Amino acid sequence: MKEFDTELGISVTGCNLWYGELQALKNIDMEIAEREITAFIGPSGCGKSTFLKTLNRMNDLVENCRIEGRFIIGGVDIYAKDTDVNLLRKNVGMVFQKPNPFPMSVYDNIAFAPRTFGIKKRSELDEIVEKSLRRASIWDDLKDRLKKSALGLSGGQQQRLCIARALAAEPKILLMDEPTSALDPISTGKIEDLMSELKTELTIVIVTHNMQQATRIADKTAFFYLGELIEYAETETLFTTPKDRRTENYITGRFG
Amino acid sequence: MSIRVKYETELNSVYNKLIAMCRSVETAIERSIDSLITRNDDLAKEVIRDDKRIDGIEHEIEQDCLKILLLEHPVASDFREVSATLKMITDLERIADQAADISELALQFGDERFIKEPTHIKEMAKLAALMVKDSVLSLINKDRELARALDDRDDRVDALFGVIKSDLVALIQKDKNNVDQAILFMMIAKYLERISDHAVNIGEWVEYAITGSHKVG
Amino acid sequence: MKNQTKAKINKGFYSSLKISSYICCGIALTALVGVILFVMIRGTGHISLQLLFGDPKDGDTILPAFLGTLRLVAVSILLAVPLGIFTAVFLVEYMRGKGKLVRLIRLTVETLAAIPSIVYGLFGYLVFVVALSWGYSMWGGGITLAVMILPTIVRSTEESLLSVPDSYREGALALGASKVRTIFKVTLPSASSGIVTSVVLAVGRVVSESAVLILTVGMVVNKIPAALTEPGTSLALDIYYFANFGKPDEAAATAVVLLLFVLALNLLAALCGKLIRKKYGDNA
Repeated sequence: MKEFDTELGISVTGCNLWYGELQALKNIDMEIAEREITAFIGPSGCGKSTFLKTLNRMNDLVENCRIEGRFIIGGVDIYAKDTDVNLLRKNVGMVFQKPNPFPMSVYDNIAFAPRTFGIKKRSELDEIVEKSLRRASIWDDLKDRLKKSALGLSGGQQQRLCIARALAAEPKILLMDEPTSALDPISTGKIEDLMSELKTELTIVIVTHNMQQATRIADKTAFFYLGELIEYAETETLFTTPKDRRTENYITGRFG
Repeated sequence: MSIRVKYETELNSVYNKLIAMCRSVETAIERSIDSLITRNDDLAKEVIRDDKRIDGIEHEIEQDCLKILLLEHPVASDFREVSATLKMITDLERIADQAADISELALQFGDERFIKEPTHIKEMAKLAALMVKDSVLSLINKDRELARALDDRDDRVDALFGVIKSDLVALIQKDKNNVDQAILFMMIAKYLERISDHAVNIGEWVEYAITGSHKVG
Repeated sequence: MKNQTKAKINKGFYSSLKISSYICCGIALTALVGVILFVMIRGTGHISLQLLFGDPKDGDTILPAFLGTLRLVAVSILLAVPLGIFTAVFLVEYMRGKGKLVRLIRLTVETLAAIPSIVYGLFGYLVFVVALSWGYSMWGGGITLAVMILPTIVRSTEESLLSVPDSYREGALALGASKVRTIFKVTLPSASSGIVTSVVLAVGRVVSESAVLILTVGMVVNKIPAALTEPGTSLALDIYYFANFGKPDEAAATAVVLLLFVLALNLLAALCGKLIRKKYGDNA
C-alpha cells in the first residue's frame, strides 16, 4: 500500500452512501485544504457526521452501509482494497462528541495508540505521553495524575485528554464530531483555542451544531442538508453572503 | 416560516424605524431649502428643532442594532441588514445635521436681497434631495440598480457645485460687498454637495445589504 | 376539599406500604440470619482438628472433601471460564449480538441455565461414567460442573460486554487499533468487573453443588484421591454423607466450614472488584 504523504489534503468525488435502502449522502464532491479548519454544519440528520466518518472509514462499523465514490487522502485512495484501515485511522484521528477516555490511567490512555503501533520502550512512551499532553495543553493539569484513572477527570479535561490521545498517534488529520457539545463554555473555549493552535500542523475537520463556533474557528464552512453538500465556502463568505436560499434559511434560523 | 418570532419582530421594528428616519431626513432637506428660497424663518427654525428629534431616532436605532448583534448574533442577510443599518443611520444623521446647518445659514440672510437668484443652488438641492429619496427607495425596494446609479448622479451635483463656485468668485470680483452672501451661498452649496455624498454612501450600504459586497470609495 | 381527603387516604396507603415493606424485610432477614446462626451454633462446637486435618485412617475427616472441592473448582473454572468468555466475545463482538445463530445459542444457553442440576449429573453419569467408562472420577465431575456453569458464565459475560459503551470500542478503533486489540485491551478489561463477579458466582455454585457430584464423582469420603481420574468427594457431598449416615454433628461442622469457605470466596470477589475498579477507574 502507498504511504500517506506528509501533507494531507482531502479530496472526495462522487460520494454516495446508503444505510440499507436509505441514501444518507448524495453526490458529494469536496476538497478540504490542509492545515486549515473546515467546519461541517447543518440540521440533525443532514449527513454531516456520516460524511465525517467516511473520512477515516468509521462507517465500516455500521451494518448495511454501502458507499461509493473516490476518497483521496494524502495521495492514498482510502477505500482501495489494499488500504490498511488501521494505518488510515492512525493518520486520520478522531475525537467524538462525548469524551470517551478508556477506563484506565491517563498515561495508558495516551500510550494506547503508540503501543498499538509497536512502541514498547518506557522512555519512548514517557516522551510521547508528555509531548501529546503538552500539545493538547493539558500537561500542567495532568502531570501529577498520570497514574490516576482518566474517568475521574472533568468533562473538559476528559475531552482534551481524548484529543491528546488522538495526537499521540501522530495523525496528519483530526476529525472532530461535535467535540464541545457536551462541555461548558470555558472548556469549549479552551478546546477552540487548542484547535487554532493545532491547525498550524494539522488539518482539522469539525462537525458542529454551534454556528458561532464555526464562525470563530473555521477557515471554511460546509453546509449539509438532506444528505447533500449545499454550499461550501470561506466561513466569512458563507455567513455574510450565502449563495443558496437553504443555507441562508438555516444559518439565520428560519427554516422552510 | 420563521421559527424565531422575537428576533423577526426586532428586525422588523428596526427596519420600520429606519424607514421613518429616512422620511424625516428627506423632509428636513426639502424644508431647509424651502426656508432659504421662500425666506421662511419659522420653517428654518422647525428644521433645526427637528434635527434634535432625528438625533434621538438615530441613537435609538443604534441601540436596537447593537442589542440585536449582541443577543441574536445575526448572520447572512440579517447581519448585512443590521450592519448596513448601523452605517446608514450615521449618514442619515449627518444629512439631517446639514439640513439644519443650511436652515441656520438661511436665517443669517435676514431681510437682505439675494445678490443673485439661487437657481443653481435650487437645482442642486433638488438633485441632492432626490438622491436621498432614491437611496431610501432603493433600501425599501431592495433596488440594487437604483442604489448603484447614485454614484453617477453625485457627479452632476459635484459639477453644479463647481459652477456655483465660479459664479460666486465672479460675483465677489464684481463687487466686494457680495462677499458676505457669497460665503453663505458657498457654504450652503458645500453642505448640499456633502448631502449627496452621504446619499451615495447610503446607496453603497444598501448595495452591501443586498449583495454582501461593499464598494470602497 | 375532596382532593385533600384523597391525599390523606393516599398518604395512609403509602405509609402502610412502607410499614409492610419494613416488616417483610425483617422477616426475610430473620430467616437468613436464622439459618446462618443455626448452622453456626449447631456446628461450630463440633469442629475439631481431626475433622479438619486428620488422617482418614483415624476417623472422619473432611480434608479429602476440602481438597476435592478445590480440585473441582479448579477443573471446572479452568474449563468453563475461557470457553465461556470466548463464546460471549464471539456472540457480542463478532455477531454483534444479532442473527439466527446468536438467537439459537442464546436460547440454548438460557435453557441450560434453567435445567435442574440433577439432569447435568445424569448427563455426566451417562457420558463419563458409563459411555467413556471412566467410572466415578474428579475429571468427570469437574467437566460436568464446567458444562453446568458454562451458560451462566456466557450469559453474564455477554451482559458485561454489552454494557461496555460502544464509545470505548469506537475510540480504540479510531486510534488505529485492530478489532482483536480493541477487544483484549479495551472491551474485556472494561467488562472485567462483571466477569469476575460471574466467575465468583459460578465458583459458589460449584462449591455448593451435590446432585451432580453424587452421580459423577461418587462419594468416596475419608480418602484423598491420588489423581483426578479417581473418585472423590466434596464438602457438600460430605454434608450429605454425614447427615445420611447418622452423623448430624459432623454434618453441621462441615456446613460451618462450607459457609466460611463461601464467605471467604465472596470477600475475595469483593476485593478483586475493588482492585479492578482501582485499576480501571470508577464505572468499570
